[in-house]
Amino acid sequence: MKGKIFESQISNHQFQISNKMTDFITFISTHIDMVYVLILSIFVGVEVIGKVPSVLHTPLMSGANAIHGVIIIGAIIVMLNAGVDNIPALVLGFIAVILGTLNVVGGFVVTDRMLEMFKKKTKN
Amino acid sequence: MQHHILELIYLVGSLGFIMGLKMLSHPETARKGNLVAAGGMTLSILGTLLFYKEEVPIMIYGLILVAMAIGTIAGWVAAKKVKMTAMPQMVSIFNGMGGACAMLIGLIEFPKFLGADESLGLLTVLGSMVIGSVSFAGSVIAWAKLNGNMKKEIRLPKYNILNTAVMIIVLLLVGLIVTGQIDDPAIVYTTCGIALLYGIMLVIPIGGADMPVVISLLNSFTGMAAAFAGFLYANKIMLTGGILVGSAGTILTVVMCKAMNRSLTSVIFGAFGGGGASSAAGSGDKSVRDISISDTAVLLNYSKKVIIVPGYGLAVAQAQHVIHELETILVDRGVDVKYAIHPVAGRMPGHMNVLLAESNVDYEKLVEMEHINPEFATTDVVLVIGANDVVNPAAKTDPGSPIYGMPILDVENAQNVIVNKRSMSAGYAGIDNDLFYKPKTSMLFGNAKQVLTDLVTELKSMN
Repeated sequence: MKGKIFESQISNHQFQISNKMTDFITFISTHIDMVYVLILSIFVGVEVIGKVPSVLHTPLMSGANAIHGVIIIGAIIVMLNAGVDNIPALVLGFIAVILGTLNVVGGFVVTDRMLEMFKKKTKN
Repeated sequence: MQHHILELIYLVGSLGFIMGLKMLSHPETARKGNLVAAGGMTLSILGTLLFYKEEVPIMIYGLILVAMAIGTIAGWVAAKKVKMTAMPQMVSIFNGMGGACAMLIGLIEFPKFLGADESLGLLTVLGSMVIGSVSFAGSVIAWAKLNGNMKKEIRLPKYNILNTAVMIIVLLLVGLIVTGQIDDPAIVYTTCGIALLYGIMLVIPIGGADMPVVISLLNSFTGMAAAFAGFLYANKIMLTGGILVGSAGTILTVVMCKAMNRSLTSVIFGAFGGGGASSAAGSGDKSVRDISISDTAVLLNYSKKVIIVPGYGLAVAQAQHVIHELETILVDRGVDVKYAIHPVAGRMPGHMNVLLAESNVDYEKLVEMEHINPEFATTDVVLVIGANDVVNPAAKTDPGSPIYGMPILDVENAQNVIVNKRSMSAGYAGIDNDLFYKPKTSMLFGNAKQVLTDLVTELKSMN
C-alpha cells in the first residue's frame, strides 16, 4: 500500500518534470525568433566594440548607457496596458517612464557633450 | 497592420543602435554615431506610443507624456550643467535610473505571472527586477563614491563570502519562485529588497580607482535587465538594445580591466586601495626636494622637450585651461610639448582626453602611454600635475604593492621630473610614491591651478 503511493508520487514527479521540459521547449520554439535575435545580438555587440581606442572608452560606455535606456519602452507598455483604475501600476509606471527618460535623454546628451569636444580639437 | 508598422520601426531602431555603437568606436564618426543611436531610440519610442495599442484612454497618454516631459527636462538640464570633471558619476547615476526603471517594471508585472504556472514568464520578470535592482543600488553607491560623498571603502568582515552568500540567497529565492514553490507576493518584494542590498554590498568594498570598471559592469547589467524585459514583452527593440549593451558592456569592462592590468575577479573580490603596508613603511628617512616657481619657469623655458603628465588633481583644480596656456607659451618659444595620457588618467579611461579637449588642447599633443614611454629618455623636463599612482615606480618594482603590475608612465627616465601636488598625501590607491624621493625629482607644492597660473605669469615676464 505504502509502496504504491510512493510509486505514484514518483511518477507524478516525473510527469511534472517532463511537463516543465515541454513548457521549456514550447517557450523556446514559440519565441524562436527572439532566441535568434538574442544570440546574434551578443555577437554583434562583441564584434561592434572590437578594437576601440582607450580615448573612446568613456564616451562609448556613456553611449551604451543611453542605449539601454530602451527599457523606457517597457515602462511605456506598462502604462499603455494599465487600466485607468489600476492606480498602483499607473503610479509605478509613471515613475518608471520618468526614470527611463532620464536615462535616455541624459545619456545621449552627456555623450554628445563629451564627443563635441573631440570634434572641436580636430578642427583646430 | 499597426503591429507590422511597429515591427518595421523596431527594425530600423535596432539598426540605429548597431550602427550607432559601431560609429561610436571610431574617433571621427563617434559624435554622429551617438546621434544615429539617439535617432533609433526616438523613432522606437514614438512608434511604441503610436502603434503599440489601440484605444488607450487619453488620460494615460497624458500621463506618459507628462512623465516623459519631466524626464526629458531633468535629464537634459542635468547633462548640460554637469561639470566635465563630474562626468563619470553622471553616467553612473543615469545608469542607475535605467536599472530602477527595470526594477519597477518587474514589480508591476510579476503578479500577472505569480501562481499562474508560467515559470518562464516569471523568470523574465524576476530577471528584469533583480538585475535592475542590483544595478540601481550599485550605481547609486558608485555615484556617491565618485562624488566624494563616500570616501572610504567599507569592508564588512569576510565581505567576499558574505556577498556571495547574499547572491546565492537571491538566486535561490528566484529559483523557488520561478519553479512555483513559493507564490507569496511578499517573498517577491523581499527578493527585490535583498537584491538592492546585494547591489550596495557589491560596490561598497571596491576602491574608487576601480570605479570605472564597476560602472561599466553595472552598465552591462542594466543592459541585461532591459533584455529580460524585452523577452517579457516579446519586444525586439528592447531585446536587441539590451543585449547589445550587455555584451558590448561586458567586453568594454574587460578591455578597461586590461588597460589597468587588473582582472575582473580581482576588482570584485580583491581589495584595492586599503593595504599597501609593505612599501609605505620606512619612508621616514626619505626626503624630498622642493623647487620654486621661478626655478621651474627657467627650467621649462630652456628645455627642448617637455612632457606634461596630467592627473585627476589637474581636473579637480579646474586647471585644464591654464595648462593649455602654459603649453602655448612654451610652444611659442620653440619647446616641444606633449601630454602623456595614461589609460586611466582622471577617473575613467579617456576622461583626461575629454577634459583637455574641452580646453582646446591639440589632439596630436595627447599621446597614449605606449607611444610616449620611449620618449621620456629624450625629455628634458616632465611636469607631473596632480597625478600620482600612474607614475609610481612601485607598480614595476615592488611585488607587494597593491598596484604592482599596473602599466605606468616611465617618467623617471627623463632628465628632470617636477611633480606638482597639494601635499605629500598618497594618491587614490592610498600608497606612498618612491618617485618623489628620487634625486631627479623636485616637488612643486600647491594647488594645480594656482601653481600653473604663477608659472604662466613668471614665464611671460621672462621675455
